[in-house]
Amino acid sequence: MVMQSTQKTVRGIPDVLTTLGEVLDPEIPVLDIVAMGIVTSVEVEPDATVVTIAPTYSGCPAMRMIENDIIEVLTRKGFPHPQVKISFARVWSTDDMTEEGRAKLRDYGIAPPAPRPGEPGDPADVNRTAACPYCGSSETMLKSFFGSTACKSLHYCNDCLQPFEAFKCI
Amino acid sequence: MTDLALTNFLIRTGDDCLIVGHRLSEWCGHAPILEEDVALANIALDCIGTANALYTRACDLGGGRRTPDELAFLRSVTEFRNALIVELPRGDFARTIVRQYLFAEYELLLFEALSSCPDPEVAGIAGRTINERKYHVRHCREWVARLGLGTEESRSRAQAAVDELWPYTAELFQKDKLLEELVASGVLPGLDGTSAEWTDVVSRSLSDASLVVPADVFQHVGGREGRHTEHLGHLLDEMQIVARSHPDGKW
Repeated sequence: MVMQSTQKTVRGIPDVLTTLGEVLDPEIPVLDIVAMGIVTSVEVEPDATVVTIAPTYSGCPAMRMIENDIIEVLTRKGFPHPQVKISFARVWSTDDMTEEGRAKLRDYGIAPPAPRPGEPGDPADVNRTAACPYCGSSETMLKSFFGSTACKSLHYCNDCLQPFEAFKCI
Repeated sequence: MTDLALTNFLIRTGDDCLIVGHRLSEWCGHAPILEEDVALANIALDCIGTANALYTRACDLGGGRRTPDELAFLRSVTEFRNALIVELPRGDFARTIVRQYLFAEYELLLFEALSSCPDPEVAGIAGRTINERKYHVRHCREWVARLGLGTEESRSRAQAAVDELWPYTAELFQKDKLLEELVASGVLPGLDGTSAEWTDVVSRSLSDASLVVPADVFQHVGGREGRHTEHLGHLLDEMQIVARSHPDGKW
């Protein structure tokens, strides 16, 4: 993460990051964008606050809403001229999600993403097995690589007989 | 004029993604089972998202004179540069799945090549796309096997799809001045091996599914020069009607 503060201001990067912790993924409203790991850079200048975020899935419709929410919260907290840049230059991966973020997902009923396999591994392979977020069983089966949003796959728990979703490893 | 060449290449690659994404979206509400409806809509979303990312970068490199929405919704048939295979009608489920499989394997190779592009945004879009396409390839390859090894009807429909689509596959690897320019200026690595690599991978999956790869057949080209089948016009009519009926509309 690139963090630059060109000039000492009353409020610096940690304050911006704390504030960004209030911006939640609209599709998974327990996960904030810092825990998701999509904030790749914050620049604080006397007359501008620039936040760069990396897209999760290229077609994720939540990105535009997240962008608006960042501007809204930074404006409301009085940060000068908030701007959001969306950049693919740093490729986001589910490995960027924090432990705290993973725990929140699990508590919410979504299995957290499996760690990415090393090259030339295929994320689809590690995505076949996911522990049930309800009972913890690993006796689960993949129903489909594609779920209710771009980032989730469909699974079924053979122990507690509960269908559930997993955040797809990418 | 490397920027211009790269811009044009991003637009035509985006055209492939947008048009195939629109074809997939036609299944929304019509797929044979619910999970498949969800899957095809998700794959469509990924493809349209990639198109948006590529168009956005192309517009930035072009100095912001055009917007991604203008590229998608305000160009006519002859201005699109997509390969013909993506504009063909969706056909039955077998045709859609076989097309998506053949196309996703091509995209995987293309975006692997683009991931070393000196433009960091383009390299990043490619890196993002590769990971998404691995799921497309896996999903479609598994369906190709199910159809090919399933019932007599599913096998014959899958074979018919292969026979109809194969004559449109060489265009994906067709060399032209644009590609030569990008390779010469180091924006793209040489793509000489990709056609053989694709044929090898795809032939193996098809034969694993007991499907026969057609031998030397006539290959249709023209999409990269804006010469399209009659099908693209009908597709654009439907895809662009809202944007064209309400110019500059916002919602």
